[in-house]
Amino acid sequence: MPARILRSRLLWIGIGLVVLAALLPFWLSAYLLGILTAAYYFGVFAMAWDLLFGFAGEVNFGPTFLIGLGAYTGAILDNQWGPPIPVCILAGAAVAVLGGLLLALPALRLRGPYFGLVTLVAVLLLQNAIVIFAGVTGGEIGMTVPDVLSIDATVNYWYALAFLAVCAVILFGLSRSAIGLILQASGQDAVEAQALGFNVTKHKLAAFCISALFSGLAGAMLVFYEGAASVDTVIDISIGVQVIIAAVLGGRRTILGAVLGAIFLILATEFLRPLGQLNTFVVAAVALAVILFWPDGLLGYVLRRGERE
Amino acid sequence: MVGLQILIDGFAISSLYGLGAVGFTLMFGVSGVLNLSHGGIMVVAAVCGWLAAGDLGLGVYAGTLVGVLAGMLAAYATYFVVVRPIQRSRAIPREETEIFVLTGTLLWGIMIQDGIAYLFTDNPVTTRPLISGVTSIAGVRTPQNEIMIAALCWAAIGLLWLLVNRTRAGKALLAASMNPRGLTLLGFELSRMYLLVWTIYGVLAGIAGVLLASFLGVSSANAGQLTASAFSIVVLGGLGSVSGSLVAAYLVGYLETITAYLIAPTLRPIPALLLLVLVVYLRPQGLLGRR
Repeated sequence: MPARILRSRLLWIGIGLVVLAALLPFWLSAYLLGILTAAYYFGVFAMAWDLLFGFAGEVNFGPTFLIGLGAYTGAILDNQWGPPIPVCILAGAAVAVLGGLLLALPALRLRGPYFGLVTLVAVLLLQNAIVIFAGVTGGEIGMTVPDVLSIDATVNYWYALAFLAVCAVILFGLSRSAIGLILQASGQDAVEAQALGFNVTKHKLAAFCISALFSGLAGAMLVFYEGAASVDTVIDISIGVQVIIAAVLGGRRTILGAVLGAIFLILATEFLRPLGQLNTFVVAAVALAVILFWPDGLLGYVLRRGERE
Repeated sequence: MVGLQILIDGFAISSLYGLGAVGFTLMFGVSGVLNLSHGGIMVVAAVCGWLAAGDLGLGVYAGTLVGVLAGMLAAYATYFVVVRPIQRSRAIPREETEIFVLTGTLLWGIMIQDGIAYLFTDNPVTTRPLISGVTSIAGVRTPQNEIMIAALCWAAIGLLWLLVNRTRAGKALLAASMNPRGLTLLGFELSRMYLLVWTIYGVLAGIAGVLLASFLGVSSANAGQLTASAFSIVVLGGLGSVSGSLVAAYLVGYLETITAYLIAPTLRPIPALLLLVLVVYLRPQGLLGRR
C-alpha cells in the first residue's frame, strides 16, 4: 500500500503544487495574497459541499447554514468570553456538526427538491435568528472579533494554505476510500446499496458530520482571518450559491476540482471588479456555460479526456 | 377591526402568492421542472410593465399587457436557453437532470437579476394603481386597487381552470402530468405540451409580477425572495397539486399578515418558514400532494 501511494503521480503533483503555492508570498503583493487566502477558505467550503452532493447525492442549497454556524459561534464566543482562538474555532466546528446532524435528520427521509428546500429554509431561519438577536450577534451590520489569527498577510496566507492542504488530503482520501464508494452507491440508489448490506443511514450521517465539521472549521477560520463576521460574508444565500458554483465549475465528485473552482471563481470575481454590477452577471453566465457544455466541470473534463486516451 | 383589516389585506397578498405559485406547480406537474429563476421572470414582467407604462407613456393598462408579454418571453428564453439544452444533453446522466435544471435555472435567475439591475434599475419599481380610489368595507378603508388585484388573480386562476378542464389542449396537459408516456402513445407530441405549459407558466408569472409591482412594488433584489416564497408555497401544498398550492398560498399569506399585524413586521416570514419545516418533516408530500 505505502509503496503504491508513493508511486502515484497525484501525490507528487499535489506536493509540488503546495510547495509552489507556499513560495508565492515571495513574489506576490499583500493584496493578491489576501485574495488567495480568502479563496483557499472558499475552497474548503466547496470541497465540503462536494462531499455531500457529489458523493452522498444530497442537494444541499444551504452550505452557508453550516459555515455560518461555525463562523458565528466562534465570533460570539470570542466576543463574550475571549478564550484562545483555537478553542473558538473548535467550538464553531462542534456547533456546525450539531447543525449538520439537524440537517441530516430530514435528509434521511426526504429526497431531491424537498431536502433542497429544507436546507434553503435553514439558511433563511438562521439569517432571521441573527437579525432578531442583534444584541449578541450584531444583527445585519455584523460583528468584529477582538482577536485575529495574524496581522501579517504572509502568515495568514500560510495558515490558509496549510489548512486547505490538510482538508484536501483528508477529504480526498475519504472520497477514494471504501466510505466514499459506499456513499456514492447510496447516493445513486439507496435501496440497492442497502440491499447489498451497507448501512446507508450510518454513512449518510457520517457524511453530514464530516461536511459540517470542515465547513464549520473553515467558517470560523475565515472569521478570525477577516476579523469580522457578517450575514453578507458567511450566511447570505448568494454566498451559498457561489460555493455551489465553485464545486460544479471545478467538477462534481472530484473534491480537488472544488478547490480549483473556488480559486478560479474568487480570482475571476476580483479581476472582473471593474465591470461593477455586471461582475456577478458574467460569473453566473460563465458557470451556466460550463454546466451546459462541460457538465463534468474543469477537472472532470480533464480526467475524462485522460481516461479516453 | 384589526381582524377585518387582516382578513382583507391577507386576501389580496394571498391571491398574488397563489397566482405566482400555480404556474410553478403546473410546470412541475407536467414537465418535472422546478424553475428557480421564477422570481427573475416576475421581476422582468414587473420592470418591463413599469417601463412601458411610465417611460414609454403607454399608460397603465397597455403597460400591464407589455409586462405580461415580457414575462412570457422570459419564460420562453428560460426554456430554450437553459432547460431544454440540459434535458437533451447527452453528457448529463438522466438521474442528475433534475439537479442540473435546479442549478442552471438558479444561475439564470442570478443573470436576470443582475442584468435588470444593470440595464434598468435596482430600485424598487411601483407602477401606478390600475384603478385609484378607496372603498370602505365594513369600516375598513381599502384601496380599490387591492380589490381589483384580487379579482384579477382569481379571474386568471379561473381561466386556467377552464383551459385545463374544458379544452382539448388542457386535457392533454392534464394527461401529460399524470402519465407522459401514455400520452405519447396516443400520438401527442410531448415537446408541444412542454411549450404549452411554458407559455401558460410565463403568462401567469407575468401577471403575478405586474400585479405585485402595482401592489407592493418589486425590485430586482427581490428575485430570490420571490422564488423562495413560490417554492415554499408549492412544496407546502404538495408539488404538482394546483389546489394544494392555492390552499398553501392562503395559509402562508394569512400567517404572514397576522404575524406582521399582531406580533412584529420584522418577524413576518418566520412562522411560515417554521410551518413549512414542520409539514415537510411530518408530511413530505405536502398538504394535498400525491406520492
